Amino acid sequence: MTDFLNDWGLIFVTFLPAVGALVMLAVPKEAEDTHKALAVVFSLAALVMTVLLLIEFDYDAAGSLQFVVDKEWIPLLNSGFILGLDGISLPLLAMTALVVPLCAVYSWDHIPAPGNPKAFLAMILVLETGMLGCFVAQDLILFFVFFEIVLLPMYFLIGVWGGPERKYASIKFFLYTLFGSALLIVAFLSLYFLSAEQTFDMRVLTELGGIDIARTTQILVFGGMFVGFGIKVPMFPFHTWLPDAHTQAPTQGSVILAAVLLKLGTYGFVRIALPFLPEGAQWWAPIIAVLAVIGIIYGALVCLAQTDMKRLIAFSSVAHMGFVMLGIATLTDFGINAAIFGMVAHGLITGLLFFIAGSMKDRYHTLEIKRLGGMLVSAPRLGWILGLTSMASLGLPGLAGFWGEFPAILSAYQPAEMLDETLYRVLMVIAALGTVLAAGYLLWLYQRTSFGTPSEEFADDPAISDVSSVEWIAWAPMIVLIVVLGFLPSIIFDVTNPATTAVVAAATGS
Amino acid sequence: MLTQAAEVFTKPNVDYHALAPELVLVGFVIVLALVDSWKLERARAVMPALAGVGLLAVLVPLVTLAADDAPRVLLGGGYVVDSMALVLKALFVIAAYVVVLLSTNYMAEGDYWESEYYTLLLSSVLGMLVMASSRDLIGIFVAFELLSIPSYMLGSWRKGDLKSNEAGLKYYLMGVFATGILLYGMSLAYGLGGSTNLEVIGERIAAMGSDGVPVVTLALLFVIIGFGFKVSAVPFHMWAPDTYEGAPTPVTAFLAVSSKAAGFVALIAVTYFAFIVRTDVIQPAFFVLSAASMTVGNLIAIRQTNVIRMLAYSGIAQAGFMLAPFAVAGSNPEQSLQAVVTYLVIYAAMNLGAFASIIAISRRTRSAELSDLGGLFTYMPGLTTVFTLFLASLIGIPPLGGWWAKFGVFASLVNANTALGWALAIIMALNTAIAAYYYLAVARAMWLDDVPEGADVSPMRTPVSLGFALVVTLVATVLFGVLPQVVNDATSFGVVASGG
Repeated sequence: MTDFLNDWGLIFVTFLPAVGALVMLAVPKEAEDTHKALAVVFSLAALVMTVLLLIEFDYDAAGSLQFVVDKEWIPLLNSGFILGLDGISLPLLAMTALVVPLCAVYSWDHIPAPGNPKAFLAMILVLETGMLGCFVAQDLILFFVFFEIVLLPMYFLIGVWGGPERKYASIKFFLYTLFGSALLIVAFLSLYFLSAEQTFDMRVLTELGGIDIARTTQILVFGGMFVGFGIKVPMFPFHTWLPDAHTQAPTQGSVILAAVLLKLGTYGFVRIALPFLPEGAQWWAPIIAVLAVIGIIYGALVCLAQTDMKRLIAFSSVAHMGFVMLGIATLTDFGINAAIFGMVAHGLITGLLFFIAGSMKDRYHTLEIKRLGGMLVSAPRLGWILGLTSMASLGLPGLAGFWGEFPAILSAYQPAEMLDETLYRVLMVIAALGTVLAAGYLLWLYQRTSFGTPSEEFADDPAISDVSSVEWIAWAPMIVLIVVLGFLPSIIFDVTNPATTAVVAAATGS
Repeated sequence: MLTQAAEVFTKPNVDYHALAPELVLVGFVIVLALVDSWKLERARAVMPALAGVGLLAVLVPLVTLAADDAPRVLLGGGYVVDSMALVLKALFVIAAYVVVLLSTNYMAEGDYWESEYYTLLLSSVLGMLVMASSRDLIGIFVAFELLSIPSYMLGSWRKGDLKSNEAGLKYYLMGVFATGILLYGMSLAYGLGGSTNLEVIGERIAAMGSDGVPVVTLALLFVIIGFGFKVSAVPFHMWAPDTYEGAPTPVTAFLAVSSKAAGFVALIAVTYFAFIVRTDVIQPAFFVLSAASMTVGNLIAIRQTNVIRMLAYSGIAQAGFMLAPFAVAGSNPEQSLQAVVTYLVIYAAMNLGAFASIIAISRRTRSAELSDLGGLFTYMPGLTTVFTLFLASLIGIPPLGGWWAKFGVFASLVNANTALGWALAIIMALNTAIAAYYYLAVARAMWLDDVPEGADVSPMRTPVSLGFALVVTLVATVLFGVLPQVVNDATSFGVVASGG
């Protein structure tokens, strides 16, 4: 078993969903239930494999890559088929492997219009392979391939199964990200040709740490990555695709977009940009920090002005990802640990919020906040889950959100030594204000949707039922994890810490 | 006079194994012609099968030659069968086989003459096979005409249709015009080199140093213009959209893939085997040609409403991508040559696939107008998905073949580390994004738009031959993208061997 996992574990995890999509192609599209079952089975299979890997993972050596697969792929370019798992990848891999089966389960009775579960679920499975691959790829070209695989399925998920403005939203999403990717590939190629080793092997590039690349070049190349990954995060001012895409995407699309896709950007910063180009990172860090804090405040203020619940959640992502980026921009192990925790927490919490929003939309056929109200009366369990998730999202201690936000703010007190301490402390204070605003817009949202008595329009609407069993199955794991991680944050911190220490050592040369 | 007479004619030693692919094809061309004149109308049914078998039969000597590995030089260096020639010949043969698959139902259902069609198609392929090996001006010219003249007729195959007549006539007039210019350039090259052999010409030009730059420039420019028509490079592209739209779609696929590839092979021959010593002339010339082709092709493609016209203009832009490595031919010969050939191979797979998809789709929609493809996903999900994959490959999205083709070009440009190379890489990056827009527009119409009113949405079976063509091209497109090393190994010829 150990041998099998060592040699094949990551390959199976990554490609099982894609195999599932291929199998689904062979089944006629009329067999809708078969498709739903197949999607659940294959995404669950990937989850089971992930759990086996988690069991087998050597937590004492979380800083080094494990289950490494290293096969020849494109020898001409020195690019290999290299997969590996370490403390940074592990929580994100686990979260992705968990979220997708939950989406598949949720799809059991929530296939958005115009139907066609076969295509819908096959897209999600292809998407999963792309996302999982990104988190385990240890070769830049391979990473880029997985990074791009994600694009098309998401484009179609939004474009075909999305809301009324879906065409505009999907093309905006696609062109924004493609533009970022073009810069990314140029940055990757320049890394290849500039470094003495001429390799795409991320292990080697981490070790080199940009040693043979001049400072100005590093700053330029980092700039390319900054735009490429920054669009994906999305960082202010590249965020404008996100509210459109989120609002128009079908529920499952929003969940995956929020929970996983955004993390590809932040993961890219931690795994690629920082350690490969340390001097570039040090030059860019204050800029990133300032933009991150602008994102926090701007996102929160825009949230306060939203009239649509889904759009509000979308903008809250801009704010939350701001905390993550602030943690990364401190270039300390403390900050990056917080950032990774923040990624997982945001994935679970915002993912769940989008699930709830989707289910509310199914019941009310609208998400306009002022028309909602009294959900605690008409659908009390749904109301309570929304309450819990909102509390988690605003960073209430004892729930997962707290451990993403609070340490990130704290880390700005003491950034890496080459960075300007005063600037970061000012930013820390402003970011802390952001949490107050977050409490404001989330509590206000909760109050307007759930408190009071149901409005006349929906008072006796039989469609407004409480949480269904399918929804319970899809949501329960997320709820449990939000609570458990809130009480035992060390589950994640212990895994990420050794790996982030290595990243920080590479990025600051200490 | 006496000394000349003393040189008795000695029969050249012909290596029949090296010529076997061409000979097999000649045999099948004759068989097709005979069967046609003997059986007349009754032959129609077997012609496509016979043509297909003929093409597959050519693969046999190609494989044995490849297994043999040693390059063979014939006719005093004028005809070379090396690994590059073999790869290109295999490309031409397989591409033509796919075209035969595409034509089978199209020709039969359209009530066109079939027998001559396949005979002419195979003759044209014969010209391409000769082109792949020619290292001599006369050989190249003969091959060029052999592959062109049948395709003029193929272009106007839909006799009853005015557009098709226009297509063939336009293609013919432009082609003949280009041939004239080409011949003039070749005569200058012969005057410079004193020989028709490319290697000898290259040596002479090198020996001239900086003398005679104007003549060399003129000779090269005229030759490039001649072939530029064939590869539809801007500004010699005017014929392409009209011809592509008017010609029967399988012929369009043939022109867009095989004929274009043959033009590139000719460009490779004159550039890499003769003129490569004059980097100062070829690099700027190709830079202009490449940048203009990709930019103009893309900008016009955006405005097209007909998918076939869009593919024509996008083909011009793709030709620009393929011309880009020529702009660093001198600084980075090995990698740039490989980038061109790799692009040719992958482009053949994905573009033929795109044409196969549109042929299959328009069997139901009866048109290739973008507006008629609306909502295609709802009633033809399989074909829509396949077509989308080909479009994604043309954009260059991994893991489909197109990304590797583009990547190779980028890598050769960046690695050359010249000002022209960097500039072209940036122009190309911008153009890649522009191209994504119009390829996606097709995908968007098929997936997101509503079915146009009155459209026939009843299910339709795709004929076996067409389906097989789709499978072949799709497998190749995916394989080249997932395991690029496959095509890499086939196209790494090492240091360019001029004249063997």
